[in-house]
Amino acid sequence: MLLIHCPYCDETLPEAEFTYAGQAHIVRARTPSDQTDAEWEEFLFIRENVRGPHFERWRHFHGCGRYFNAVRDTVSDRFLTTYKAGEPRPDLSELEGRA
Amino acid sequence: MKTITSLTPAMLADSAAVRVESLGPQGRISLRARGDLSALNGALGLDLPTRIGHRASTEGMEALCLGPDEWVLVLAHDRVDAMLAALGAVYDDHPHSATSISGREVSLLIDGPRAAELLAIACPRDIATIAEGAGRRTVFDGASVVIWHDAPGRFRMDVWNSFASFVAQTLITGARELAAEPVEGG
Repeated sequence: MLLIHCPYCDETLPEAEFTYAGQAHIVRARTPSDQTDAEWEEFLFIRENVRGPHFERWRHFHGCGRYFNAVRDTVSDRFLTTYKAGEPRPDLSELEGRA
Repeated sequence: MKTITSLTPAMLADSAAVRVESLGPQGRISLRARGDLSALNGALGLDLPTRIGHRASTEGMEALCLGPDEWVLVLAHDRVDAMLAALGAVYDDHPHSATSISGREVSLLIDGPRAAELLAIACPRDIATIAEGAGRRTVFDGASVVIWHDAPGRFRMDVWNSFASFVAQTLITGARELAAEPVEGG
């Protein structure tokens, strides 16, 4: 089982307490009515599906209930870091150096 | 105040290893708030803990921090309305959400030398990380539960009514297995 660090609880806890919530850093347009169909398609459906470090959202469902962001390597399943929602993307080169 | 509950107070399992008991009605309030909590602390008569899992208590009431902006208050059933009114009085100073969830949950008492082992049969979290005097929301056999660690070998578990009989059955089965094992050194 994966062990995931919740940035709100500041504890490393079993995966069974968490739920996956898709790719992170997808921002809804401030004025949705200005969006073209192509932009809506991009926002709603187009995802990265990277091989390697992936920025994704998780929720500490059976715990504090908070959504947070994580960087997980999709090849090794290793979590490089987790950080609170709203915080900027961490620098990947730095994270990979640490891992 | 009447509540409908799926488990009436009863001894569910009783052995030298561990005892499981369903407890009677309990007043509970879910409180959500952000920012400076001093107005709320004044109304409650205690300082809300700000670290997740920490508890604070005052005469007849306990508060447990479940999330960065979420607390559960446990108090006598007949004091819930008065407490909601006290919180409502400071609403203008500090907007918040306070809701009675007294009827939502049932509490189970798990007590005995092997209580932590019994919890470990269906809780993926290391029970030892819930320090004495603390509490956590976690998962037990697929259901969200709040576990309170009251004293060494003594836990309380709050579980939603709809999951209560299922969770109780898991605990009863586990308690039987623990009771059937030979006592260490015996």
